[in-house]
Amino acid sequence: MDTIFEICRPGRRGFRIPEEATEGREPHGIPNEFLRKKPADLPENAELAVLRHYTRMSILNHHIERDMYPLGSCTMKYNPKMAEIAAAMPGFRDLHPWQSEEEIQGALELLVEFQERLAKVLGMHAVSLQPAAGAHGELTCLLMARKYFADRGEKRTKVIVPDSAHGTNPASATFGGFETVEVPSNDRGEVDIDALAKAVGPDSAVMMLTLPNTLGLFESRILDIARIVHDAGALLYMDGANFNAIVGQVRPGDVPFDLLHLNLHKTFATPHGGGGPGAGPIAASAALAPYLPAPMPSRSANGTYFLDEARPKSVGRVHSFLGNFGILVRAYSYLLYHGADGLREISENAVLSANYLRMKLHGEYEVAHDRICMHEVVLSGRRQKALGVRTMDIAKRLLDFGFHPPTVYFPLIVEEAIMIEPTESENIETLDRFADAMLEIAREARENPQVVKNAPHTTPVGRVDEAGAARNPNLCWSRACGPG
Amino acid sequence: MSAFVQHTDADRRAMLRTIGVSALEELFADIPESIRAKGGLPIEQGVTEPETLGKLAKLAAKNVSAASHVCFAGGGMYDVAVPAATGAIASRPEFSTSYTPYQAEVSQGTLQAIYEFQTIVARLTALDLSNASMYDGGTALAEAVILASGAREGNRVLVTPHLNPHHREILNTMLEPTGLEIVELPRSGLRTDVAAITADAQKGAVAVVLQQPNFYGALEDMKAAGQALQGATKPLFIASVDMSSLAMLEPPGAYGADIAVGEAQPLGFPMSFGGPAAGVFAAKAEYLRRMPGRIAGMGKDVHGNRAFTLTFQTREQHIRRSKATSNICTNQSLLALMATVTTALLGETGRRLAAKVSAEKAWSLSRRLTQIPGVELADPDAAFFREFAIRLPREVSPRAILRKMRERGFLAGIPLDPLPGGGRGLLIAVTEKRLWSEIEAYVTAFRAAVEAERGGARSPETVSQAAR
Amino acid sequence: MNIPQDLKYTKEHEWVLLDDGVAVVGITDFAQSELGDIVFVELPSIGLNLKVMEPFGSVESVKSVSDLYSPVSGVVADVNTRLTANPDLVNSDPFGEGWMVRIEPSEMSDLDQLLTAEEYAEYIGAEQA
Repeated sequence: MDTIFEICRPGRRGFRIPEEATEGREPHGIPNEFLRKKPADLPENAELAVLRHYTRMSILNHHIERDMYPLGSCTMKYNPKMAEIAAAMPGFRDLHPWQSEEEIQGALELLVEFQERLAKVLGMHAVSLQPAAGAHGELTCLLMARKYFADRGEKRTKVIVPDSAHGTNPASATFGGFETVEVPSNDRGEVDIDALAKAVGPDSAVMMLTLPNTLGLFESRILDIARIVHDAGALLYMDGANFNAIVGQVRPGDVPFDLLHLNLHKTFATPHGGGGPGAGPIAASAALAPYLPAPMPSRSANGTYFLDEARPKSVGRVHSFLGNFGILVRAYSYLLYHGADGLREISENAVLSANYLRMKLHGEYEVAHDRICMHEVVLSGRRQKALGVRTMDIAKRLLDFGFHPPTVYFPLIVEEAIMIEPTESENIETLDRFADAMLEIAREARENPQVVKNAPHTTPVGRVDEAGAARNPNLCWSRACGPG
Repeated sequence: MSAFVQHTDADRRAMLRTIGVSALEELFADIPESIRAKGGLPIEQGVTEPETLGKLAKLAAKNVSAASHVCFAGGGMYDVAVPAATGAIASRPEFSTSYTPYQAEVSQGTLQAIYEFQTIVARLTALDLSNASMYDGGTALAEAVILASGAREGNRVLVTPHLNPHHREILNTMLEPTGLEIVELPRSGLRTDVAAITADAQKGAVAVVLQQPNFYGALEDMKAAGQALQGATKPLFIASVDMSSLAMLEPPGAYGADIAVGEAQPLGFPMSFGGPAAGVFAAKAEYLRRMPGRIAGMGKDVHGNRAFTLTFQTREQHIRRSKATSNICTNQSLLALMATVTTALLGETGRRLAAKVSAEKAWSLSRRLTQIPGVELADPDAAFFREFAIRLPREVSPRAILRKMRERGFLAGIPLDPLPGGGRGLLIAVTEKRLWSEIEAYVTAFRAAVEAERGGARSPETVSQAAR
Repeated sequence: MNIPQDLKYTKEHEWVLLDDGVAVVGITDFAQSELGDIVFVELPSIGLNLKVMEPFGSVESVKSVSDLYSPVSGVVADVNTRLTANPDLVNSDPFGEGWMVRIEPSEMSDLDQLLTAEEYAEYIGAEQA
């Protein structure tokens, strides 16, 4: 497809500004030295042409309303249309973020109510909705831990993560000024308790744990993990990426976790938008709550709502305003819609579906830990690798069957990993169709491996030459707007 | 039972049989009894879609917004015109429900949109490259300073005293682990004393941060700053810019900035109470490998056809982990798309006109307001782009004016209390959506409000201020 | 798998050739095949002091980055600037045109710690070419 720059036709106008004809009627008062000399050369076109351009681009994408995304740890569930209506209400969408408190009582009430309900769902003392994404929430919590220990006069420099951790964990630790220490997983796929006990010490600040872990397994010795971490005076942090497995089943505050983040674009079904926006609210225990970001939407004694800036221990501000409000509105509508029982039914059905797929696939594929899993199951493509067919090839061949591939090559501790998370949104016919596709590909790997290795065959483009794209970078269109 | 789970009881029974367990409970056996949530979650039960939307509509109705009032507030987010076509494209499920484009073969729509966004940002900023966007303008600025701390030796960063105050707070929070000292440059009215960026002042600084226009709408001498910062060992020159101003104002690339950051919202998507937003991050080519965030590139597929892909991923957390250039795992893809589509609909001509008419209308409004006795420009010597600060008479409270203006149907601006240099006032912005008739009505209402506050009917805010 | 006899090797998959008292260093055939298509090589500045087994640069493919470890202590005398435009030379000719740095060793005994071709072959579990 051509880019918008190549289909540009100077002179064709799309959207008109009000009162364009009054341009130049009054001075703008800006001295010449501030004015742009060389035009930016932005593309010009009429509305219908622009609309067709982006519509044609859009249909090149896979998306949830087309078919399933069995992506492990991404929780690609259905994004309710109702949430879009909520977020588009003018009383939310057209709020200016600098407005006075008396003008935004509805927005503040929504935030406070959402904070309070999330705290109850999580069993935590307080919630901040400011972080704009999961990794942002991770970093914010680590900054809180930093301040907490500084206030106590304790010098703790290390963050402990399992070797199965998502890459954002060690990256956030580095950004938070910590050193990362990895502890190995045992052959049951859970944190090696003895190794953990050796790794934890007086210089440990936080242990970051995904629960269930990235192998889709609940850490059965979670209480021992918590005890070891807390006995050393360190804090226990939950990476909430996999919360879909345990929402309504476990309240992280009961473990107890001291800090955690949630991914609203996962558990609370806000749309991924092709890579964002998401939202990564965080929650804290009573001891850590004073460190949550400021300002904090709050309810006053007389029932009105305000932004509490009087938070002397707060780490401060992590977002220009109060977070991704439009996403928070969507997630809040999702929470209200589901309620107590509805949230519990999410994890029940998500875990059921994942185990169902495990049983359908474990004959042909090696399952990394072939026992009851939670909301996701991790396979290893080892058997297929021995036939010369890699997990990458299996993923690409799945595209021909109309599915987006599962998460591949993560977690790092499983060779040729394939991580499958169906979510609670998919019906049994879709699950069967997906399982059949995987089994068919396993058969092809045995009988006709070339068709897998050369996949995909039916997608809008074939495999992309990524090395070429990196060796000869073309990161923006450099030619002038216009045809030719 | 929600409408979103499709399994019937019969489906569930069949699945349990396949799994080989007799009850759902057995699937949760790994969870220790003592932490199982018994007795259900302590929140209300769920309701249907109409009831959910009813509750939310009630909350929305409690807000006063730019939908019902004419908005003259700025401060980083602006009531700009968002074309209907932009919303239509962004609400296509192909764009809104799709995943991060790691599997390029089925994500060409998203990847091409990112590439077009990167191109537009690069052209507007006149820098070599842009990434696929960050959370917002404030966090993009923090990440730019963190990049500078890796590229230069030093323990301080010099910043304009007139930085968006929320951005300054983000810097305070996110730079804490770096140990960088944040040093404010001296002010000169509502501008920065750029002459103070001497070789001596630069010692030990990893970067110099200026905002253009600054928080008060005032235009800074970016060219002089660029000249003072020329050279391979100098601190990095970081410009935090209003993206919609760049159609009319000299861009960062023209005055020698190394990195440009800013908020993409003014390019054309709704304010949504401050988020989701989209941070812009553009830089000279030499910083490519240090840049945070996703980047899309144009290449070829195995058949030789044009194909887009995420590239330079080895900088990112999922590969580099603790050594990544950032922990960021998201871009504001859908908002970047909206900014791109609005820009495509406006075109070069439309973008320039939008900037020009809003600058003309703002200048006109400032002249008319300062004809009101006691109202003056907070810095009469500063040139400004579509946003300006006025000083009110000493006895008049900005919040009282805002309230009176709100009663007359206006979101009049942002209260400035105190103003740098003394006194109190308002920050007022004019976008291309504002009509001449609205500007006239604003002046009339404003005059009445000021006179009422100075004369007889004084508001509680003014009275309590005077009593101090 | 190509493992030239006349070179020495590290456990991090670098090779060393002693050329007239200067150590020429690159990565092995095994390493380049594990990494896949190389897209970028980050090399140190000339004159930089290196310590044995300290990282001095990195080699990047599409999906991974690996640090390069110095087999000897010494001073960087030269770097292969051709790799800037042609990182693929590391794939096509890892022991020849794909050389990376030339180091003037400060401690010749460092070389004794390195593996021979046989030891390296055994280490990577490969058959010698």
